[in-house]
Amino acid sequence: MQIESAEEMPLRTSDDVVRVRQAVRARAVAAGFSLVDQTKIVTAASEIGRNTVDYGGGGTLRLELLRDGQRRGVRLTFIDQGPGIADLSMALKDGYSTGSGLGLGLSGAKRLCNEFDIKSAPGQGTTVMLARWK
Amino acid sequence: MSGNSNVILSLIDQHYQRLVSEWLACLKRDAGIGGAQREAEVAKLAKRFLEELRQCATVARSDEIQGSEWAPVREFLDDLSRTRVHQGFSASETAIFVFSLKEPLFELLRREIGKNTDDLTREVWTTSRLIDNLGLYTIESYSRTREEVINRQQQELLELSTPVVELWDGVLALPLIGTLDSARTQIVMESLLERIVTSGAETAIIDITGVPTVDTLVAQHLIKTISAARLMGADCILSGIRPQIAQTIVHLGLELNVISKATMADALALALRRAGKMVVDRAKSTAPAAPGE
Amino acid sequence: MAEIPILKIGDCLLVSIQVDMHDRLAMALQDDLTERIVADRARGVMIDISALEIVDSFIGRMLNNIAAMSRVLDAVTVVVGMRPAVAITLVELGLGLTGVRTALNVDKGLALIRRIIDSEDLDADRVG
Repeated sequence: MQIESAEEMPLRTSDDVVRVRQAVRARAVAAGFSLVDQTKIVTAASEIGRNTVDYGGGGTLRLELLRDGQRRGVRLTFIDQGPGIADLSMALKDGYSTGSGLGLGLSGAKRLCNEFDIKSAPGQGTTVMLARWK
Repeated sequence: MSGNSNVILSLIDQHYQRLVSEWLACLKRDAGIGGAQREAEVAKLAKRFLEELRQCATVARSDEIQGSEWAPVREFLDDLSRTRVHQGFSASETAIFVFSLKEPLFELLRREIGKNTDDLTREVWTTSRLIDNLGLYTIESYSRTREEVINRQQQELLELSTPVVELWDGVLALPLIGTLDSARTQIVMESLLERIVTSGAETAIIDITGVPTVDTLVAQHLIKTISAARLMGADCILSGIRPQIAQTIVHLGLELNVISKATMADALALALRRAGKMVVDRAKSTAPAAPGE
Repeated sequence: MAEIPILKIGDCLLVSIQVDMHDRLAMALQDDLTERIVADRARGVMIDISALEIVDSFIGRMLNNIAAMSRVLDAVTVVVGMRPAVAITLVELGLGLTGVRTALNVDKGLALIRRIIDSEDLDADRVG
């Protein structure tokens, strides 16, 4: 598997979230995703991106275009040095929410992607990896 | 042996005209009965190819045909492959065009540097390798184009085999026929949702009379589509569920959460009712229409 | 700061969400709408999302909030113009749009609002 291209973007303000959505959309188009698949990964990116800004105290996104033989994929890695998530398994449950309704979006974002990984602990920040393949 | 085709490339440049006529003679000899038009077309291609090689001679720094200086040559070969795919030629037939250039090139080398056997051997090898690489590139380009054509045809077939029909103003019908696989179901469902938007139909009848079996994956796609339609502001009616499918659905513990009717006719009747329409037997209504009817 | 215009159609308010929304804009919209519902004595609120390429939980929350606030103010909220790709993604996301009704376009949305107001049952026909 090769990484065809990679870029890093800051995630500190909600304007950054807008930029992230546009960048992820562009990558998904470049990878040849169908409109629905594009929408899924951009939505997932928006969810996690917002978390990074709202709960993680800001962070970065590493955006990669992958190739594995004939298949192409998009991989997103969100990193923040925020407070971290105390109870990961709870957070990944459907409908979990600390804010007002609709949850952190982690479980939803996970459903929208082919690959999902999260590392987080109190005081150690959070890293979320999402990937979607064509 | 070092890989540097400077010698052969400059020879091509210097003896261009003669090379062209010699190559054309070879091609004509090998082509057999092709007809004047074919001959003219091949002649044109041969000249263009040699022209590109000649241009390349002035800028090429190495034998690496993937390099940027070789781009025009690669483009020519891509065009050639694409045309040949569409004309129905095989990969070999397409590549032979490139490989056949070896003969006149070796002849050229023999004439110009034949006196020195070491030089000759070296250049014959370099030339052979260069033409081989170009020929192989042609074959790969051909494969790529073929795949694109096949994919596009598959897509078109998929779209043709699952039409969405507008039964009435505001009522769409999607008659599914045959076994549904995951990929096909997804495409079909997406096109139904698109049609709902473009037609503004608030009711979509999904008829599965022609579907022999439904597995979990397909059922899930159906359920998701129905939910999506509802989210958008339309509603679905399922019709034509066979007894076996009904059993499967219950066994799988699936909650369909949608109105289902036995036949498309029933579904249409319901859809019309919802749209506020009524079907009246003309013969029986002899009274003139009252205002407001 | 860019504002989202709110149009009045009879006793309904129409909002067209065109831009990529961020928090401040969403908050401002909710505030503006609430004020306008009262000021114009609106009975219906129509939110046109046909320009939105994605709807994430943030937007979903905003729509739910608007619906809840309008309900308290005796108005009906209808979301119109949801794109198929968005609908499919929302279904996968498992996002519940509670208290939000939907219609395919502005015309049908207005008709729906009319029907609900006339029936005087503001809790009928909800998606969630």
